[in-house]
Amino acid sequence: MAPKRQKQKSSKRGKTKITLPVSEEAEPVNMESMGHPEIYPLVLTNKTQEIFNCRIDEDVTDEQPYKLIKKEDIFADFENRAAVSDFYPVKKIIQEYPGDELLLVYDKDFKYGLNFYLIGTEEGKENYLNPPEVPEEQEEYKEHIPEDIYIYKPPICKPWVSLGSEKEIEEELVKESTKEITYMISRKRSEFGAPVKFSDQNASSVKDAYIECTAYPDKNFTLKQLERDVGMQVVPKIKDTSTQTRWTYPKNATTQYYPREFSEEEKEALGQSKTLTEFLNNVSISVEIALQQNEIMNTFINDWKSLAEEEGTFGDKTDTHLKEYQSFTDLHNLTEKMITCVSWHPIIYGLIAVSVAVRLSFEERVHFSGKLLLQPSLILFWSFSDPIHPQLMLESPDDIFCFQFCPSDPNIIAGGCINGQIVMWDITAHADRIENIKADGSRSKNVTLKPMFLLEPESNKEAMYIRHCAVSSIENGHRKVITDIHWLPDTFEINRLGSVFENRSGISCQLVTCSADCTICFWDIRPQKALTPQPPTEKKKEESIEVPFDVPSTFLHLNLSWKPLSKVRLSKGETTLDHCPTKLSLSEDSLLYKAQDKMLAQSKATKAGEMNPYQNLEGGLGNHLKPIDDFCTKFFVGTEEGEVIYTDWKMERDPETGRFMTKKPVSLYTVHDGGVHTVQRSPFYKDIILTVGGWNVAIWKEGIMTGPLLQSSCAPKRYTSGHWSLTRPGVFYIGREDGYIDIWDLLEKTHEPAQSQNICITMITYIKPWTFSAKQQFIAIADYYGTLHILEIPWTLSRPSTSEVSSISHYFEREVKHLEYVEQRKKIREEEKKEMELEMEKKKVKTYQKSKEQLEAELKMDYESYLELEKDILIHLGLIKVKETMSYMEMI
Amino acid sequence: MAEVEETLKRIQSHKGVIGTMVVNAEGIPIRTTLDNSTTVQYAGLLHQLTVKAKSTVRDIDPQNDLTFLRIRSKKHEIMVAPDKEYLLIVIQNPCE
Repeated sequence: MAPKRQKQKSSKRGKTKITLPVSEEAEPVNMESMGHPEIYPLVLTNKTQEIFNCRIDEDVTDEQPYKLIKKEDIFADFENRAAVSDFYPVKKIIQEYPGDELLLVYDKDFKYGLNFYLIGTEEGKENYLNPPEVPEEQEEYKEHIPEDIYIYKPPICKPWVSLGSEKEIEEELVKESTKEITYMISRKRSEFGAPVKFSDQNASSVKDAYIECTAYPDKNFTLKQLERDVGMQVVPKIKDTSTQTRWTYPKNATTQYYPREFSEEEKEALGQSKTLTEFLNNVSISVEIALQQNEIMNTFINDWKSLAEEEGTFGDKTDTHLKEYQSFTDLHNLTEKMITCVSWHPIIYGLIAVSVAVRLSFEERVHFSGKLLLQPSLILFWSFSDPIHPQLMLESPDDIFCFQFCPSDPNIIAGGCINGQIVMWDITAHADRIENIKADGSRSKNVTLKPMFLLEPESNKEAMYIRHCAVSSIENGHRKVITDIHWLPDTFEINRLGSVFENRSGISCQLVTCSADCTICFWDIRPQKALTPQPPTEKKKEESIEVPFDVPSTFLHLNLSWKPLSKVRLSKGETTLDHCPTKLSLSEDSLLYKAQDKMLAQSKATKAGEMNPYQNLEGGLGNHLKPIDDFCTKFFVGTEEGEVIYTDWKMERDPETGRFMTKKPVSLYTVHDGGVHTVQRSPFYKDIILTVGGWNVAIWKEGIMTGPLLQSSCAPKRYTSGHWSLTRPGVFYIGREDGYIDIWDLLEKTHEPAQSQNICITMITYIKPWTFSAKQQFIAIADYYGTLHILEIPWTLSRPSTSEVSSISHYFEREVKHLEYVEQRKKIREEEKKEMELEMEKKKVKTYQKSKEQLEAELKMDYESYLELEKDILIHLGLIKVKETMSYMEMI
Repeated sequence: MAEVEETLKRIQSHKGVIGTMVVNAEGIPIRTTLDNSTTVQYAGLLHQLTVKAKSTVRDIDPQNDLTFLRIRSKKHEIMVAPDKEYLLIVIQNPCE
């Protein structure tokens, strides 16, 4: 009761004075809805709480949240406070409560809505106090810890509740409708374990051995396919075909044809036919017009193009000087020597031969003759690859003044001595040595370390002295120095009378020499047929001459018995003085050109004969050959006195004596002031000759007898040597005595040299140019001190311009015309002179008719004028004073 | 006969003429101043060329006809004078 009251009180305070439960009779609200029908929530006020000693937090705490309240107390409370008591709403419960004590629980959390609740049943109280305390507490605990630990509860088996699915299953089940019959089959017991016999039998042979169920088409089950799913694709139509060709193997087939030709008779027949004649008559007119058109003018000439010079220059165009290439000096021999003649080897590149002579005058030679005998006279072979040592040294009995390689065989050399002998060498045995010079370059290195004076000729193993193999006869040959020697070309030969014959042997076998004894001799190197039987004594004498064994026996037949074939004496007519020839020039000079074609010819000859023709010279020439009539046998000779003679070598019969005499010279000109030392034909024009001598140069044309085409004025220095250029027709080189070389270019200047260049300090004795290739041209210049200079000719001097040949020939033609003009002028002048003289005479005749008196008067006047003149002069001279003159006049 | 020779000799003696030949309509040489192989070669080639040239001229204008053919080359000039039955070929070197 008390708690009821307290509850009522509390409810008063708690709620906003909601009126007291009006109806006591109202049913107390219990918590049946919450599952606890015995719980009656109550609100207990503080007063009620004091009364029943269930003050919150004093009597009723969390630990003991219940209080047992006696029933009597509550009834007392009902009487005290009647409706005000908090227990009033649950009065009925309390009255009906069987027990004495009621349990009042403090609901701290307002779980049931109010702060206290009353347990209305004894059971509830019991449950609450004892176990219900646990489950309530457990419920509380459950509420607090459901998330922490999951307690697994196994499922509790429950009875199956049918929901109707079993019927479906029953429908689906397949149950055996028929009863199964069981059979047991066994064999006879006796057969148990017995061996079994198996046999085959065909199933169809035994009846009822098998039962078959054949298949038959049942119409019920045939379906007509009315629809079908088909896929389609469009593809291009492809067709594969193959073929095979028939392979034919390659076959060689040739055709040969020859042109149709007429036979001779047909040709003749046709030639005589009229149609041909008519045709030619008609056609020849137009053809000749066309031909003449071409002759008149070349219409297709491109003037612009032909104006230009060739552009392909190799070197510098402005470079016009000769460039020093090499120089050779013989350092072994100590005597002073000069070079007398120079000749390039016709075939081998870089080989040049030089003849040296002692630099002494005739008197000194005689004086030192003993000493001179000990020293050998040499021809030295120099090569570009070795400037110190000569490659070969050809020994000769005396100083050589001129020599030449044989044009048919360069291993044969002929030289002219100072004593008038001709010396022949044959170096065939040493030919390979000089051909392979370039291979040895090393030996010069060994030698240069030693000073020159220690070297002796013997220590130089390479150069050898090669002895001559033949000399001419001393008595029959020349008496004085041989000044010029030439080989006759291999196209013709001459006999003793000077008639020209065809040379059948294909080799040069004749020589021509001229010497200071005023003779020109022709020599033949073939053994002479003995015209008269020689006395046996002489033969013995000849045989006793021993020849050293290392000398080739090519010319043994000539040795010391060689006579000239014919002699031509250049006599000056009646006087005993004869011309002294110094140089001569035949119509063909073969060694000016590089003899390549000739070598081919010679090689052919050697192949045919299979031996060197010079080894096997046949004697003489057959007399059955006819002499060539229209051969030009004339030649030019230059003499010591400076004359140029054009003469003939053919002998003629002297009508008086009946002997063969030399002809008189055709023409003779004294042009040069000193000895002529160069008479040379131009390599381009067969009839143009250059002569150099004294202080000037002259160019001649063969056939023009009036004079030289060109004669230069006197040079400041004497000209000592000269040579045409080999490649340019208008160029020639002249050497002077002061070591200068004058280069004349007829296209540039004709009155003086185009260029002048210093080569050495002394007189130039010989000039010889040579062409090795289109780009390389050398000129060998020999000087008085024995040095040979090799210079390279620059491009401008070696390369002719495009029309140079024709320009020069035009120039010469103009000169010829000029000469003719001069001749004509001379004649005209002669006539004029005559006329003038006649007039003069006429005048003289006229004047003679004057009177004597007139003459006297004239004389007097002349005398007086003379006296005045005398006076004037004396006054000028100061010899007579003026006063004196006056007095003199007064006296008169 | 003599006339023929004379005419040919006259033509041959012109300046620069290297060779002269007379060829028939089929290209077979009748008279020549050159050697056989050269003659045959010239005759065959020039005959074909003449026929071609003639047909060219006639194609362009049927009333036209070839009268003379001159071939100028670097080294010399070949002159061909055609006729119905014969061909005269002259080779000349016009420049010096």
